[in-house]
Amino acid sequence: MESRSVEAEIATATAAIVARLKPLEGPLLPILHEVQETFGHVPQQALPVIADGLNLSRAEVHGVVSFYHDYRDAPAGCHVIKVCRAEACQSMGGDDLADRLLGLLGLDWHATSSDGSVTIEPVYCLGLCACAPAALVDGEVIGRLDSAGVDELAKAVRA
Amino acid sequence: MTARIYIPGDAGSVALGADKVARRMAEAIAALGVDAQIIRNGSRGLYWLEPMVEVETEKGRVAYGPVKLSDVDKLLESGLLDGADHPLSLGLTEDIPFLKRQTRLTFARCGITDPLSVQDYRAHGGLAGLENALGVKPQDIVAQVTDSGLRGRGGAGFPTGIKWKTVLEAQGPQKYIVCNADEGDSGTFADRMIMEGDPFVVIEGMVIAGIATGATKGYVYLRSEYPHAIRVMNRAVEIAREHNILGASVLGSDHAFDMEIRVGAGAYVCGEETALLESLEGRRGVVRAKPPLPAHKGFLGRPTVVNNVISLASVPVIMEKGAEFYRDFGMGRSRGTIPVQIAGNVKHGGLFEAAFGMTLGELVDDIAGGTASGRPVKAVQVGGPLGAYFPRELFDTPFDYEAFAGKDGLIGHAGIVVFDDTADMLKQARFAFEFCAVESCGKCTPCRIGSTRGVEVADNIRAGTDTENQINLMTDLCNTMKFGSLCALGGFTPYPVMSALTHFPEDFRPAPMSQAAE
Repeated sequence: MESRSVEAEIATATAAIVARLKPLEGPLLPILHEVQETFGHVPQQALPVIADGLNLSRAEVHGVVSFYHDYRDAPAGCHVIKVCRAEACQSMGGDDLADRLLGLLGLDWHATSSDGSVTIEPVYCLGLCACAPAALVDGEVIGRLDSAGVDELAKAVRA
Repeated sequence: MTARIYIPGDAGSVALGADKVARRMAEAIAALGVDAQIIRNGSRGLYWLEPMVEVETEKGRVAYGPVKLSDVDKLLESGLLDGADHPLSLGLTEDIPFLKRQTRLTFARCGITDPLSVQDYRAHGGLAGLENALGVKPQDIVAQVTDSGLRGRGGAGFPTGIKWKTVLEAQGPQKYIVCNADEGDSGTFADRMIMEGDPFVVIEGMVIAGIATGATKGYVYLRSEYPHAIRVMNRAVEIAREHNILGASVLGSDHAFDMEIRVGAGAYVCGEETALLESLEGRRGVVRAKPPLPAHKGFLGRPTVVNNVISLASVPVIMEKGAEFYRDFGMGRSRGTIPVQIAGNVKHGGLFEAAFGMTLGELVDDIAGGTASGRPVKAVQVGGPLGAYFPRELFDTPFDYEAFAGKDGLIGHAGIVVFDDTADMLKQARFAFEFCAVESCGKCTPCRIGSTRGVEVADNIRAGTDTENQINLMTDLCNTMKFGSLCALGGFTPYPVMSALTHFPEDFRPAPMSQAAE
């Protein structure tokens, strides 16, 4: 019963989002962004509703969701750390810092800790290249990250 | 009179603590009961000095930086509001050498004005270009932009005026202006800075493009990695509507133009214009084969101008001051100014806008002041992850599209990333392949398969077995990718790889036994 009502809830909320954004030219990405904003990920149950609303096949919608790095198929941890792995950050020792952070958290890229406290993801450039290495933590930008900052960060997301 | 204190609100400054400084400043001002106002301006682009706090004085704006949270109270005590001396004082902002040496045309207002004040925008020359554009025929706008010599600042360097002319002459029920704000290249942040620091100039550029080509609808495709820019641009569009810069009657004229901000979803390849259009239409960001050109069949199959943020943001000054004024800067076929983004391991990182023609060496050694680590510079990657690595021997290359192409490199979006002598160029070559593998849209085989094979070959070279054959294989693979890929992602990945291999061959070969034994 429980799971069925959750499914129904997702379907209803998704249908409302589709109805509101459908008039846009090229509405699929805005719809998926809003679905992810609402549920924290893009639930499987939302796909047929979106497909139906936009007159697409479910496969087409799945194809779009799976193409883009931003869309998640499961909710992220309470905290999301995105660490830049691109060249400017590499030039300032970003690789070592990222390894240190992964080690402290005991996670690999794209993984969420078993207690659900934190997800760590690579990002390729935050446009903070003049204050590298950079990271984005729960939407907050951090520049000139150093090992002390990494240690603090690892502690903070586990608290 | 109310004192005006400027504390940048751009993502780069915020990443270095500007929000905390601003909050503390507000509290301290309130506690002291002084008559002062805090303005969250854009960044001037001197990131080693951010957060850089400025105060307006009779002599001009005086800067202090980098200001830490703990400095705020002491700064106020020692007379910040009068521009008094302090160990963090940088003197008059305009006299800071890094700024004084620049020619700021596109970034003229960035860091000076309140980004979301139309009044400020107008007071500093904003909308003059649009007003001029409204007074002439579309053909004349296109001619001005063509004559200015402006070329696509996204990297391809295609003449902007020619693109506009094609769209002006194309027939269609609806035409579009699409602003490519998917600034994914590492080492670049000019788009972010201008969108956060002077968003109206991007909007003005798009409106002018619309009037010039007969397009009435615009989209900004903005990457999701830029949450601050997304907020500022959305708000700026609303404000622009309130002031009739956008809407059914642009500044009271017969021209209509409106626009929307669309957010990307983390795919680097969507910076390629046809993949961007696919994404905007709601599909996978897969590259389209050209022709047809987007100018003929672009967004929803209709005539579309796709221009980079900086190209569009450079249009208002051209329309304000004339094609000749702009064209007089620069060298060869690279006219006007280019906002170079100095990044990575540098002492003075930031944005440096100047006429084309300064050399790479000037930028790295002189303006950037060498490395932050204090070690010798080993390589400089110019033009993002698809740009070549330049060794010191090529530092005399002038910033010019053709000169860089002549050295098997590219300017790209004009980001330069400096590496010191600890850099391992085989690792950088491997990363170029790895990045291409992660971001490939998968449509063409050289890019989809070649990138993964490239990572494997790099690993084989690292293992040190059969080195020469593996290096030949890597060279051959690069050749296939360069000539066989559909777009620049697969086609340009060979630039970083081959430049690393050509200029730093020692990094690809095992250390001689004698050295290894030491």
